Amino acid sequence: MSLLSLEGLTVDLPTPRGNLRAVDGVDLALAAGQTLGIVGESGCGKTMLSRAILQLLPKRARVGGRVMFEGQDISKLRPDALRRLRGPALAVVFQDPMTSLNPVLTIGTQLVETLQAHLAVDGREAVRRGVELLAAVGIPAPEQRMGQYPHQLSGGMRQRVAIAIALSCEPRLLIADEPTTALDVTVQAQILDLLARETRRRHMAMILITHDLGVVAGRTDEVAVMYAGRIVERAPTRALFHGPRMPYTEALLAAIPKLDSAPHTRLPTIEGRPPDPTRRMPGCAFAPRCRYAEGDCVVGKPGLGPVDAGHEFACWHPR
Amino acid sequence: MAVLDATLDTGLIAVPAAEPATSRTRRRAGTLFWIALAWIGLVVVAAAVANLLPIPSPTDIDMLGRRAGPSGEHWLGTDGLGRDEFSRLLFGARISLGVGVLAPIIGLAFGGTLGMLAGYFRGRFETLVAGGVDVVLAFPPLVLAMAVTAYLGQSIPNLILVLGFLGIPAFTRVARAATLSLTPREFVTAARAIGASHARILLRELLPNVALPLMAFFLLGVAVTIVVEGALSFLGLGVPPPAPSWGIMIGEGRESLDVAPMLAFLPAIAMFLTVLAFNLIGDTLRALTDPRPGAL
Repeated sequence: MSLLSLEGLTVDLPTPRGNLRAVDGVDLALAAGQTLGIVGESGCGKTMLSRAILQLLPKRARVGGRVMFEGQDISKLRPDALRRLRGPALAVVFQDPMTSLNPVLTIGTQLVETLQAHLAVDGREAVRRGVELLAAVGIPAPEQRMGQYPHQLSGGMRQRVAIAIALSCEPRLLIADEPTTALDVTVQAQILDLLARETRRRHMAMILITHDLGVVAGRTDEVAVMYAGRIVERAPTRALFHGPRMPYTEALLAAIPKLDSAPHTRLPTIEGRPPDPTRRMPGCAFAPRCRYAEGDCVVGKPGLGPVDAGHEFACWHPR
Repeated sequence: MAVLDATLDTGLIAVPAAEPATSRTRRRAGTLFWIALAWIGLVVVAAAVANLLPIPSPTDIDMLGRRAGPSGEHWLGTDGLGRDEFSRLLFGARISLGVGVLAPIIGLAFGGTLGMLAGYFRGRFETLVAGGVDVVLAFPPLVLAMAVTAYLGQSIPNLILVLGFLGIPAFTRVARAATLSLTPREFVTAARAIGASHARILLRELLPNVALPLMAFFLLGVAVTIVVEGALSFLGLGVPPPAPSWGIMIGEGRESLDVAPMLAFLPAIAMFLTVLAFNLIGDTLRALTDPRPGAL
C-alpha cells in the first residue's frame, strides 16, 4: 500500500478575475521511504499541491478529489485528528527560513516545545533530544545555539533548524517546499544532502518541490513534472533525465545551462508564457508554446498514460 | 621568548569558543532611562510607604494656616484648606499611580485578548469586535464617566473601571493589527504544519510577538491614564474628595493660581515628570527587549 496517494486532486481559488484552478486533477502515489521530486515553473501549482497534501490551504480554497494518507482520506479528517497527524506523520520544511521560524523565541524553545507537544517527554529529555537533533542536522555547538534567536543564525543554519524541527517528531512523510531556493548556492547542496541523508536514515518518504531540475537529479527516486496545475510527466529520475517524452520536460532539460557548451552559446528558452490559470483550455495547456504541437493538441487534453516501467506522460505527440 | 612560549601554550592554541549568545551589538539603556526609572521607583516607594512616613495627614484641615509657605512642619507648605501639600502629593501619587496602572491592565487584558482572537480567527467574530470597538470609540468618554459616577457613585474602583473600559478599544486595535500582520507569516503556518493547536499558536507563537507592541502601548496607556484621571478629577468626575489625587490638587490649586501658584504647579510637575518617565521607560524597554534587530 502506498503511504500517500492523491486521487483526482483539484484546488480552486476564487479570485476577482474568476476561478483559478491551481491544481487540476492530480493523481500521484508515493510509497513509504520513497523520494519524489515535483518540478515546475513558478505558478504551476506545486506549492498549492503541497499545501493541499498538508491541508494548509487558504480558507477560501475549494478542494476536490481525495488525499489518502495511510489509507485514510485526510481531507475528511476532523481538525483535532488532523492535528495529531501533523508532526508525527506529516511535516514540512518551507522555502524561506527567515520567516518560518518565530523571530522572538529561541531555537531551543521552538524545538523543545514541538518535542513536548508531540512526544511524552519531560523538559530535560526534550532539551537533550533537541541538542541531539541540532547536532544531527549539522549545527556546530548545538548547546549554545539552543539559546540563540533565529536572527543570530545564518540562512543555512536557520534552514537546518527548520529541518530539525520538522524531523523532531519522526514524520513518515516530509514535504520540502523549495527548501533551498532562499539559500546561497554553496549551502544548497549541503541542505539537500542533509535531507537525502535523513530520509534514508529514518526511512522517511519525502516530496521535494523545486523549480530546479538540478536539485532533484540524483536525490530523488521519481520525478513528476508539473505544468499549469497538472502532472505532465512522471518517471523514475534516471529515466526522466535520459529520455523525456513530454515536450515540456524536454524543453526544461534543454534549458539547463551546460558547462561544456562553447562561450556565448545562446541558452535555449521556452518561448511564451504559461497559460492564464483562470481560463480553462480545452486542449493541452502547453500546446501554445510547444514546437511539436499539431491541430489535435488544442482540441483535447491528453491524459497521463503509462508507457514503460512507471514512466507516464501526457502528450499526443511524445518524443 | 619563554614568556611568548607560555602564552602560546595556554592561550593562542585554544580553539575559539562558539560565539556567546550576547555577541550581537549590545543595546544599552541611556542615562535618561535610569533617571526615569529612578524617578518612578522613588514615586512608587514614596506612595507605598506614605502612611508610615512622619508627615502630617493629607486630609487634616487647618483653616488658620492656609496657603502657608514651606516650613519645618509643612515641607512644601499648605494648600487652600491648610492641608499639608507634601503629604497630599505623596498620597496623591498613590491614587494617580494606582488608577494609572490598574485601568490600563483592564484594557490590556480584555483588549489584548479580543484583538488577538479577532486578528487570528477573522470572520464574523472580527467584524463583531471591530464594530464594538468603533461603538465604544464613538461614545463620548466624559458622558460615560458622568453616567457611571451618577449611577454607580463616585469611587476609585468605579473610576478604574471607567478608564479601563475606555482603554479596551485602543488595546484591541493594537493587538488585532499586530496579530493580523503576524498570522500569515510562515512561522505560523509552520506551527500549524507541525500540529500546533489554535491555543498553542495564539499563546506560544503569536503572544510573544504581540506582547512587544502591547507592552510599549501599555506604558503609554499608564501615562495617558494618569493624565486623564487628572482631567476627570479636575472636573470633579474622578476621585471623590477629600482624597488627594494630582488631578484634584491641580483643580483646587487653580482657584489660587494668582496668590499661590505652587499649589497647582507642584502636582502638575509631579504628573509631568511621572508621565514623561513612563514614556521614556516604555520606549527604551521596547528597544531593549526586542530580540529582533531594528524591529518594529
